[in-house]
Amino acid sequence: MELFIAIFTGTIIAATPLIFAALGELVVEKSGVLNLGIEGMMLMGAALAFWAVTAGYSMPVAILAGALAGAAASLLFGVLALTFLTNQYAAGLALAIFGSGVSAFLGRGFGSEPIEALHGVRIPVLSDLPVLGPLIFRFDPLVYLALLMFVAISWFLYRTKAGLILRTIGESPQTSHAIGYPVIRIRYMAVLFGGLMAGLAGAYLSVAYTPLWVENMTAGKGWIALALVVFATWQPLRVLLGAWLFGGMTILQLQGQALGLQVPSELLSALPYLATIVVLVLISRNRQMLALHFPASLAKPFRPAS
Amino acid sequence: MQPRLELRNISKRYPGVVANDDVSLTIQPGEIHAVLGENGAGKSTLMKIIYGAAQADSGEIYCDGNLIAAHNPAMSRSLGIEMVYQHFALFESVSVVENIALSASSAFNLPSLAEKIRELSLRYGMPIDPHRQVHDLSVGERQRVEIVRCLLQAPKLLILDEPTSVLTPQAVVKLFGTLRQLAAEGCSIVYISHKLDEVQELCDTATVLRNGKVTGTARPKETTSLELARMMVGSRLPEMHVSPAAPSEKPVLEVRNLSAKARDHFGVDLEDVSFNVHGGEIVGLAGVSGNGQAELIALLSGERRHAQGDAIKINGTAAAALRPDERRRLGLAFVPEERLGRGAVPSHTLWENAVLTAHRFGTVRNGLVDRRRAAAFATGIIDRFKVKANGPDATAQSLSGGNLQKFIVGREIALAPKLLLVSQPTWGVDVGASAFIRQTIVDLSRAGTAVFVVSEELDELFEICDRLLVICKGRVSPPLVRTSTDREEIGLLMTGRTMGKDQTGGSSVALQD
Amino acid sequence: MRIAAPVLACVLTLIVGSLFFASLGHDPLPTLYAFFIEPLSSMNGLSEWLLKASPLILIACGLAIGFRANVWNIGAEGQFTMGAIAASGVGLFWPNPESALLLPLMFLAGMAAGMAWAAIPAFLRSRMNTNEILVTLMMTYIATLFLSYLVHGPWRDPAGFNYPQTALLPAAAMFQSFDPAYRLNSSIFITVVAVLLMWLFTDRSFLGYKMSVSGAAPLAARYAGFRESAAVWIGLLAGGAAAGIAGMAEAAGPLGQLSPQISPGYGFAAIIVAFIGRLNAFGIVLGGLLMSLLFLGGEGVQMTLALPSALTRIFQGILLFFLLAADFFIFYRIRLVRPVKDAPALETAR
Repeated sequence: MELFIAIFTGTIIAATPLIFAALGELVVEKSGVLNLGIEGMMLMGAALAFWAVTAGYSMPVAILAGALAGAAASLLFGVLALTFLTNQYAAGLALAIFGSGVSAFLGRGFGSEPIEALHGVRIPVLSDLPVLGPLIFRFDPLVYLALLMFVAISWFLYRTKAGLILRTIGESPQTSHAIGYPVIRIRYMAVLFGGLMAGLAGAYLSVAYTPLWVENMTAGKGWIALALVVFATWQPLRVLLGAWLFGGMTILQLQGQALGLQVPSELLSALPYLATIVVLVLISRNRQMLALHFPASLAKPFRPAS
Repeated sequence: MQPRLELRNISKRYPGVVANDDVSLTIQPGEIHAVLGENGAGKSTLMKIIYGAAQADSGEIYCDGNLIAAHNPAMSRSLGIEMVYQHFALFESVSVVENIALSASSAFNLPSLAEKIRELSLRYGMPIDPHRQVHDLSVGERQRVEIVRCLLQAPKLLILDEPTSVLTPQAVVKLFGTLRQLAAEGCSIVYISHKLDEVQELCDTATVLRNGKVTGTARPKETTSLELARMMVGSRLPEMHVSPAAPSEKPVLEVRNLSAKARDHFGVDLEDVSFNVHGGEIVGLAGVSGNGQAELIALLSGERRHAQGDAIKINGTAAAALRPDERRRLGLAFVPEERLGRGAVPSHTLWENAVLTAHRFGTVRNGLVDRRRAAAFATGIIDRFKVKANGPDATAQSLSGGNLQKFIVGREIALAPKLLLVSQPTWGVDVGASAFIRQTIVDLSRAGTAVFVVSEELDELFEICDRLLVICKGRVSPPLVRTSTDREEIGLLMTGRTMGKDQTGGSSVALQD
Repeated sequence: MRIAAPVLACVLTLIVGSLFFASLGHDPLPTLYAFFIEPLSSMNGLSEWLLKASPLILIACGLAIGFRANVWNIGAEGQFTMGAIAASGVGLFWPNPESALLLPLMFLAGMAAGMAWAAIPAFLRSRMNTNEILVTLMMTYIATLFLSYLVHGPWRDPAGFNYPQTALLPAAAMFQSFDPAYRLNSSIFITVVAVLLMWLFTDRSFLGYKMSVSGAAPLAARYAGFRESAAVWIGLLAGGAAAGIAGMAEAAGPLGQLSPQISPGYGFAAIIVAFIGRLNAFGIVLGGLLMSLLFLGGEGVQMTLALPSALTRIFQGILLFFLLAADFFIFYRIRLVRPVKDAPALETAR
């Protein structure tokens, strides 16, 4: 039972940064924009949130700072990709490199001391329930926020007019422009939202998940989040399930190392990356399924004709 | 009476072209007003200016007597101006009602909007199911969606841009009924077209454009076709010379029982297609777009391959499983409907684009591109086909649509093909170039080449083809000899009406009546 | 016209760099001097400059072949690592450590390993329709972990005081330096040949022509019957081969052994080099020299001014940002400006 609780809660926690980052990217991609720079935005968010905590700011402020750092970074990408119409692959890569540099630069004075991590919630009665308490009611607030974001984004995309506008811009910005929607402005908002979420994901890593600063601490999670969006075939529920799958993989790998399995630790560490490749292959083979929810204008620069 | 819309001295120029030059016109309430002109005369630009999708460089627009300053489509809609685009502004991935909700100003309430759509579409005799996904709709049905979308706003002025180019003759009759009903209710209609007979049948007045200028206004019902045509194209009316065909004994292209599933849910399945094209004749394929033409042409060109090799034979060789370059070795040449991005690489120069299909004609040697020969080859095409371009170093995207089409047609003909496939030979090409391209195709066939033409313009097919096929819902009719058929028969076949045993064929096609 | 954007981007990067140094409390001019001039003011500096430029240019040439065909290999870092591993493996364990064949064999092993590592994403993309960006990147992480496993485990030098590194390569497995005082070695000729091959391929060959059609207009490539899978394979294998050879040259040159820090980020920086060079062979040479200078300068200011070496990555990012933005101004703005001159009314329209 103990082990099950540890694995279950560990999975949920490990999935949380992926949920933030991948849901954010889902919204960006649904608008027809591909931002490859998640890794960079997450690192900036992680660095800034960590800095805010060490500088004595409260946890909520630190997390907000992380989110805003991600958004600010995404704005760089937005200007290049949306206003300057550059190749979105290149602009995203530039952001990934830039973010890792800036975060390393900021982080040079952070030292290697851990900070006090974000606390779990304490709900009277519920948190003290046997089994259910530790299983469901003792997570830190950001875990619940991630789930809330999932509900909110699903509702937004499929139940509101704004969500419909966003999705249809992703299919054809030309048509959206023709019927009078401000395509560029809406795409900017999507990109900023994606940055905010990536920043939040980074902040979660540095102040809750491993309350430590390590250079390049995201270790590819930003790229895995990108893969998750493809894996999810651009559907929010599948993003959630995919993130849990990867969270579970991470935890099994850690548990495996803790149990002293007779395999090299590097092999276990490589599992999430291998798994990413495997799921990508499985999902990509079915072109029809990919096409069904695929934002048709993805990564194609759009300039409204005058 | 206060005019519904008045344009005064509108001018608009784009780099290199004057799209509109000092255009003025007046439209009364309840009037059906044609804007008539050849492709490239500036009709579409003018409509975009009225609708606010483009801004005039100079001139004034008055609506119900009020000056409209710089405006945009949203503002136009609030003034009661609605527009049905030639290429529809619909999103494939969402439903009819969601599409309409996107441009409706009302609260976001899909069930009540769906009910309204159902009612309105029935009232104007063009029923649509609001919950269907747009990608499942035929072109005709999509046009209904567009029109219903406009009607929901109770427009005072409705603009239609070439609305019949995608419709069967029968569907056109139906559409005209709806438009007359609207006009009788007081809505003004601007009807953009280059088809004289339609304008004469439907419109009260016409403004004729040529090269961006107004060349005349007329009451089409009281004016002869010849006079209208003179205003449209000037004094020179191109003439075609089509001598009788002398088909070869053996077919050059044989298609036998070709069936193929659509590659995605936007496509159409082909069912049991069979026909022949002989050397020296032109066979045309008529049909409303989206009935399988794209699939058939991709299978013929080799852009899509088929497992059953002998379903397509070129000069007797089983070719259905071959790649495009392998089929070209058998004598195939192909002019696709998209010029930029398929028939030519937009950012590449003309000499580079010559190499695209002419690489077996001396422009590539020992694995290296011979730039001098490629340039000479391109120059040859430019001279022979009178392509207006800055020499072989001009990029494909710098050419006008008509000139690029002449270049691509010229390139394919320079390959001395035994079989030429042409899809939409004169789409968006001005009248002079169209006539030239058609004549070139006819001349090529009379010199012995087998030609297969896919076109949505019946006029064009009747002008150049010796035999006609009709495609509907992925099925191809038996061949009809051009001289012994007429538009009525072709039109019926386009709706799938007389296509043999399977009578369900007509149910969801285009605009059935 | 083609060089205007890179030059503008460099100038802007310098300006932003100065402001940045100033904001850190360093006088910009001496800092810029320390960053960009000082490294080149000694023989050793020049040797290091070319030494670092060589792998960057080599990898960028390989990557650019793919980029031209819209094949996005961003895992050169992993292919570099695998090249270094395979070459070192041959160098360390070949039965005859004095064989004259050793270096050529290592060259082949490095190239083959880089290609093999790139062949996986090529296979997955061409057969399974799998996005090569994500796969090449994931394979980079796996390669790094594999290297870490080797140097911590089976390949660790028993006489290495438990440091995670292999034994030194034998002398026959090393490129000879031109001068024992400096590290620059004969592997630079490989890069020279690669640049010429790249030019011949992209600018003159029919295969290169087909690849550029695939990249610029995939439907036109299909129309002409050029195989998409061929472009994917050639694009990825060219990048893999180049990165593998660069990894081999790094192990058999300045490093002389394997350790976890085999690459200072050459694989990623080469992506930027390819873009700065406009995916053109000679442009890449200039881009590689510039990027190498950024690496050197970063190391320089780290030592002399105690500024972190992360500055190099920041500058790389800024440079790429400005390059992309400058492209827009130079290629689009000019087209936009002309009609405005003719018709002032357009200004209000936009």
